[in-house]
Amino acid sequence: MFDPVFIKVLFGTLLLASSSAVVGAFSFLKGESLVGDAIAHALLPGVVLAFILGDGRHPGYFIIGALIAGLIAHYGIAFIEQRTKLKSDTAVSLVLSTFFGFGILLMSYVQRTGQGQQAGLERFLLGKAAAITMMDLYVFTGLALLLLLGVALFYKGFQLMTFNEDFAAAIGLPTGGIRFAFTVLTVLAVTVGIQTVGVVLMAALLITPSAAARSWTSSLSRMLLLAALFASAAALGGTFISAALPKMPTGPWIVLVLGFFGFSSLILAPEKGWLARRRRAASNRNKTQRENLLKLLYGAEERAGEPVAMTAGAIVDAREQHYEGLTKTLRNLKKEFLVVERPDGFALTDLGRSEGRRVVRLHRLWELYLTERLGMAADHIHPQAETMEHVITPEIEALIVKELGNPEVDPHQSPIPYEED
Amino acid sequence: MEKSIEVHNLTVSYHSKPVLWDVDFELPKGKIIGIVGPNGSGKTTMLKTVMGLMKPDSGYTEIFGQPLDKVRERVSYVPQRESVDWDFPADVMDVVLMGRYRKNNLFKRITKEDRRIATEALEKVNLLEFADRQISQLSGGQQQRVFIARSLAQQADIYLMDEPFVGVDAATEDAILKLLRDMKNEGKTVVIVHHDLQTANEYFDWIVLLNTRLVAAGPKEQVFTKELLQEAYGGRLTVLSKLGDLISDTEFPLREPDFKEDQPQG
Repeated sequence: MFDPVFIKVLFGTLLLASSSAVVGAFSFLKGESLVGDAIAHALLPGVVLAFILGDGRHPGYFIIGALIAGLIAHYGIAFIEQRTKLKSDTAVSLVLSTFFGFGILLMSYVQRTGQGQQAGLERFLLGKAAAITMMDLYVFTGLALLLLLGVALFYKGFQLMTFNEDFAAAIGLPTGGIRFAFTVLTVLAVTVGIQTVGVVLMAALLITPSAAARSWTSSLSRMLLLAALFASAAALGGTFISAALPKMPTGPWIVLVLGFFGFSSLILAPEKGWLARRRRAASNRNKTQRENLLKLLYGAEERAGEPVAMTAGAIVDAREQHYEGLTKTLRNLKKEFLVVERPDGFALTDLGRSEGRRVVRLHRLWELYLTERLGMAADHIHPQAETMEHVITPEIEALIVKELGNPEVDPHQSPIPYEED
Repeated sequence: MEKSIEVHNLTVSYHSKPVLWDVDFELPKGKIIGIVGPNGSGKTTMLKTVMGLMKPDSGYTEIFGQPLDKVRERVSYVPQRESVDWDFPADVMDVVLMGRYRKNNLFKRITKEDRRIATEALEKVNLLEFADRQISQLSGGQQQRVFIARSLAQQADIYLMDEPFVGVDAATEDAILKLLRDMKNEGKTVVIVHHDLQTANEYFDWIVLLNTRLVAAGPKEQVFTKELLQEAYGGRLTVLSKLGDLISDTEFPLREPDFKEDQPQG
């Protein structure tokens, strides 16, 4: 398994995959993910025609055929978008399906004449890295290096054109030239990429690494690097699996591994990921429960005019609802010295009293703000304040107090409890 | 009067429908100038045509007496804030540095001098401490100030800004206004597309009133009159908009683009 040929194929595959990913990153950011897919499908008739008309085994013909077909497809899409009333997704689908259909027709023709088998034309569809000849490998690895170099060279241009094309044009950058360079790089990236994953799955190689990488970073250069790493890792994994299992195509395995990276990134990513959002939701729920409990105890003290204790049962009754997780919340509050457990129930510590007072204060301040500033009626404001008392930060609190001129009482004439100093 | 921008018999279409009809005016240097008109009156189209982003059907524009290409480095452009995707992976410094990009340094690395100029620009808009902030985390006002900092980093002589006051907080509005006055004192010219009549009189020295055709252009005392404002904001001319629809429906070509009345040859 670790013979020199395998190592070379592996190394080539890594470069091919990462170069496609880096070029695809800009399509991804521009929201043109499908254009890469269309170009990939559109290459099929180009490479098959190159095979029929020229020497089908020579990578030079392959690249030229692919380049011509890709450029025609790209400018065809642009032409349809500009000159007709069709929406861009329609233009993309139209070009994709027409070119691909034509390619399949040509392929069946070649297949029937019997030349197809020996040339391994079917590998264009689903990719088969192991079928690459040494000559192919050198040519395409060279091309992949060229692609990486091209992106490095055009980095500023691609960055600005993707973010703000009007500004690029306004400062006099040659936008048409930069776009042409990007199109050529995309077509070449697809040409390189279909060696490993084939035409059908090429979009995955262009887009998925960036989609995964974007979850982890907000820096363009780091995103490109990470996309290349994801693509390499997927190429590595896919190649190993398909080499280990008999008669397994490489492409689908690479794409599956990439998909795994993509989906796990969506789940695991910091801040925007599914897990992080769940954790945030849980922490918000937790905060609400704690603060409501402290507010309840503070309210009881306020009514009694002296420190009181409440049993767990009394707390459940007072909330008029099943108190989910009450014991857990109480345990946590005890641990943080906000509440103490006495024989007659739970009571606030000084720290807990200050915290409970803060929640009540925010509640009443917000009720006052709603009536004063938004002109809401006094009987409509309570539910809103129930939420906002957990959201308002000290900065916003200071703003409200200042705007309302240090108010003394809320709309229901309850005093607004400030911290005594 | 020393001229900054000249617009000659300009007709421009959007989706083959004319949005500017035969507009013709000249703007002075060293003033804060507002291009004012109701929604859909062709203000942004005007600015984009001056910046070469839209091709006119007829007529031409000049800046400092020359075609745009000859003076591009002296011209700065601030597009509408909503025209870009602020979720783009970049920090504030990245965007401001874009103001240093030029045709002749496209393939070169960003220099120390570029960074120094960008830092200075950020300082002027009070965003220096946000230099490393992701642009997706900025408020609307901060985004607008980033765009203005990028334009300051261009170190131009004339600044064209598209609705810089839309959706910004009071602090940003004050900061922008102060900046505009400083720029004017340095002899720079600022042209601002603006839709809000309430503030136009206060912000600008010179006003262009637009509503698909030119209503008036001149010092604000002459232009900001009840009659002219009513003309600009009193709705579009029925004949003009009917004709526009007709041209759009029949895809009838307006005058050939080469037709440039009284443009100096050579």
